[in-house]
Amino acid sequence: MGKDMLSVEIWRGAAEGAFRRYEVPARQSQTVLDVVTWVQRELDPGLAYRFACRVGMCGSCAMMVNGRPRWTCRSHVDRVAEAGRLEIAPLRNLPVIKDLACDMSGFFDKWDRAEGRFHPTANRENDVAAIDPATPARAAANAGIECINCGICHAACDVVAWNADYLGPAALNRAWTLMMDTRDGAGRERLRAVSGDAGCHACHSHQSCMTYCPNALNPTAAIAGLKRMTVKAALKGEL
Amino acid sequence: MAVWLFILQRGSALVMAPLVLIHIGVMVVAVRNGLSSEEILGRTQGSVFWAAFYGLFVLAAAVHGGIGLRAALAESPLPRPAAGALGLVFALLALWLGGRAVAALVA
Amino acid sequence: MLRPHRRHPLFVFFVLHRVSGLLLALFLPVHFTVLSLAVTDRAALDGFLALTDNALVKLAEMGLVFLLSVHFLGGLRLLALEFLPWRDWQKTLAAAAAAVSAFVALGFLLSAGV
Repeated sequence: MGKDMLSVEIWRGAAEGAFRRYEVPARQSQTVLDVVTWVQRELDPGLAYRFACRVGMCGSCAMMVNGRPRWTCRSHVDRVAEAGRLEIAPLRNLPVIKDLACDMSGFFDKWDRAEGRFHPTANRENDVAAIDPATPARAAANAGIECINCGICHAACDVVAWNADYLGPAALNRAWTLMMDTRDGAGRERLRAVSGDAGCHACHSHQSCMTYCPNALNPTAAIAGLKRMTVKAALKGEL
Repeated sequence: MAVWLFILQRGSALVMAPLVLIHIGVMVVAVRNGLSSEEILGRTQGSVFWAAFYGLFVLAAAVHGGIGLRAALAESPLPRPAAGALGLVFALLALWLGGRAVAALVA
Repeated sequence: MLRPHRRHPLFVFFVLHRVSGLLLALFLPVHFTVLSLAVTDRAALDGFLALTDNALVKLAEMGLVFLLSVHFLGGLRLLALEFLPWRDWQKTLAAAAAAVSAFVALGFLLSAGV
């Protein structure tokens, strides 16, 4: 194989399937998303994959690249290819619909189950909430709110792989940011929601989530915060 | 509830932190003095301190090991209830055998 | 050996922590049973203890101390991570924990007169 061709293996099928090999011309500054797009346009129109913004903002193009979950639009082939080879698969830990598109509904269900929803305590009749961004609580919330639900942390997490019910880093990170939001009114319910068998205490702090989050978030730190809050609440009899 | 098992797990770990350090120290001294039942029993027999020390150690280790085992097995192909049951079995076994060992050394 | 997404130090430390925990859990009932021989069969206990003069047994003892140190220090790291204000020098701490474990085990071996 010439040095200006890439050897690309792409998952075809659903739960059952196989990797199919394609030869793709190497180009300067090429991203993995460019590669997938080229294959679909030039070689195999039946290839199913997702993308939207293609500039690293929406998270739709997240896939497993050489075994690691990445945004393919932000993965330069030069940086991730191993000796001119690429292996591209759908995100881990979610059911595959077709080829590189996985079913995200389970991921969002966990968001719900972790009570990752804001419960307002005021309405438009009230004054605007006065929140000082310098307070520790707000700083902690701000550190986690840039999550765009791309599913990479969920794919990287081995506890998710080993315990199908585990709420996972994204949902728990969201729960933590809401616990740190002084306007929210569902703190008690949320702490209960994350205290089941598949809740925050199942995290073993591998920190794969933090390692692969493209937004540099740290769900493990958020989960540690939830552990502290739930322990305190339980010891006070408030859980 | 998961949070209580977590509290017991971390709590027993904290309790054991100083105990482990002392135990390693004791073992270094004991091995240096030559291991024999006479040597050991000479120091431990009738000692309230060693009874309390190792009694606490056994209790904490049984709790910690049982819950730890449950966590590890719950992430194996084994069904969840089995993981819990095996963890409990380990804890009870460790409590019984450990209690016997402490009694054997201290009585 | 390790799947690509797991090839970072903190996952390795998790594996060490879990494996050491399981091995210690296996060891403990055996340890307790042998000690109980102090009452039921002192001769057998002395027999066991005499075995510990063997170099291979000393190596196994060092292994046990290493396992205990790894699990103990790794556990301290986890407790710090979970209950103290979040710090990012995790990996350094984890590495330090491993190094200290190795030293403790070595110290044990040396002081045992191998």
